[in-house]
Amino acid sequence: MKLITTIVRPDRVPEVKAALFRAGITGITLSRVSGHGGEHERFEQYRGTALVMEFHEKVKIEMVCSEPFVEPCVRAILSSARTGEVGDGKIFIQPIERVIRIRTGEVDNAALTAVNADAVQRAAINAAGMGGVA
Amino acid sequence: MTQATISAGDTAWVLVSSALVLLMTVGLAFFYGGLVRPKNALNTMMMSVVALGVIGVQWMLIGYSLAFAPGNSWLGGLSWLGFNNVGLDPNPTYSATIPIQAHAMFQGMFAIITPALISGAIVERMRFRGYVVFLVLWATLIYDPLAHWVWGSGGWLLKRGALDFAGGTVVHISAGVSALVAAWFLGPRRDYRRVPIAPHNVPLVLLGAGLLWFGWFGFNAGSALAANGLAALAFVNTNTAAAAALVTWAALDLARTGKITAVGAATGLVVGLVGITPAAGYVTPMSGLLIGVLAAAISYTAIQIRSRTKLDDALDVFSCHGIAGITGALLTGVFATKLMNPAGGDGLLAGNAAQMGVQLLAVVTTVAFAGLGTLGILALVQVTIGARADLPDETAGLDLSQHGEEAYLGTDLGSLAGPGGGGSLGGSVVVESFIAEPTAAPEPAV
Repeated sequence: MKLITTIVRPDRVPEVKAALFRAGITGITLSRVSGHGGEHERFEQYRGTALVMEFHEKVKIEMVCSEPFVEPCVRAILSSARTGEVGDGKIFIQPIERVIRIRTGEVDNAALTAVNADAVQRAAINAAGMGGVA
Repeated sequence: MTQATISAGDTAWVLVSSALVLLMTVGLAFFYGGLVRPKNALNTMMMSVVALGVIGVQWMLIGYSLAFAPGNSWLGGLSWLGFNNVGLDPNPTYSATIPIQAHAMFQGMFAIITPALISGAIVERMRFRGYVVFLVLWATLIYDPLAHWVWGSGGWLLKRGALDFAGGTVVHISAGVSALVAAWFLGPRRDYRRVPIAPHNVPLVLLGAGLLWFGWFGFNAGSALAANGLAALAFVNTNTAAAAALVTWAALDLARTGKITAVGAATGLVVGLVGITPAAGYVTPMSGLLIGVLAAAISYTAIQIRSRTKLDDALDVFSCHGIAGITGALLTGVFATKLMNPAGGDGLLAGNAAQMGVQLLAVVTTVAFAGLGTLGILALVQVTIGARADLPDETAGLDLSQHGEEAYLGTDLGSLAGPGGGGSLGGSVVVESFIAEPTAAPEPAV
């Protein structure tokens, strides 16, 4: 099992989410974060003052995957989050020791599979087939 | 005088105008509140709101008498203390067609907003108690005499023929200069030019600017003290100048930074309103338009210069009210014409160059009186109860340190976690917590 943490552009989140769902990764946690990477500083003007905004808004997505899902997950993120410009973000992968589902007490891989994973994945693939972004 | 001479239309308009000017102070609270950081939003808004209370009382008890009661050329008398002898009959000295109480309320709203304007220069660093004392002293020692000089019966600037239709000198120059002095006296905020300080809620700024524009029709058109052609002229000039200043400011923003900003549009329209205030009832609409353009251009330049200095006039009250007010007062001396208002005066362009001298005299006296007076009052506040907030209070934010409140609760995890166990808070609300028995952990399925 691996914890996969990715930092992406806020405007790529719909595409990343759809790609993850299509790959069968349906359990994800999102947070808004601010960070500093290689991007140029952004300037804002308020009356006579130009402010340098050093930190950029990003979205952090965290998910824990069983081993067979790790590579599909990475491919899904790379294919959906990339624009080619500086600031596309990162993917971090760490090992996970234990997973326990609170509701049932299931552990590890059994705890990782969302109960509606298949349905969510099917819907995402269908939506993509129809040209939509689910 | 009998009540029979009261005009229903005039009285209705002045009463409505009074309510409009009251709304300006609320608008000012939003305008200033949106421009500061979240931790000082309530304090900044309270600096305006508290004026509605303390100056509302001060005006009724002593202010109106000091400004408008019969007295000498420097100060009104004491015969109208507590609105004593301020009845329901008209007073022909001020207006022959409305009850004198309507005049008292209308003028009271001006007395409320003027010191509140100053607060923009000293936000995010003044002790609130010190501010309230400053407010009362400033209204009594600076505003009331000034109002008497320019508008009170026998006032010395009135006798010299100074033209100030709705308060360019009394309200805007006096507040703007006092703001400059107060910003210098208190010193800059610790964070000024150290970390980026950005407006925390620009929609609030736009709401405030909109309310100011709306209320300003009462301020300027209401100053006709009658529902007549003069009120219509002041209304037209007010709207024209605000619109022209907004457009000018936007154009300057575009030329300098490549973008038209919302804060710039809000600032520009307010500056246009300030500029037209002394002139509203004396000039043609075409002159009103020019005054809006010039006030915006000069004030814009002043802000650019000010922001490069160490002087932390935080919300640029001097540039917006002082500079634009002086521009408006002097341009009144240029553009005034008796063709628009026979009871007014002629300016430079109408062949009366001497009017410029009178306007300049009014400006210089106002600057000197308000500036020195503010310095004295602040020094007094500083050595008695303290004017500048302590550094830990300033860094924690004045909402928390001065008021024990926060503008924005409910977004942090603390509100999810519920109240803590602050046992020493005697008056704190104790929320009984029910801890549900946890259900037995299910057997692991594996």
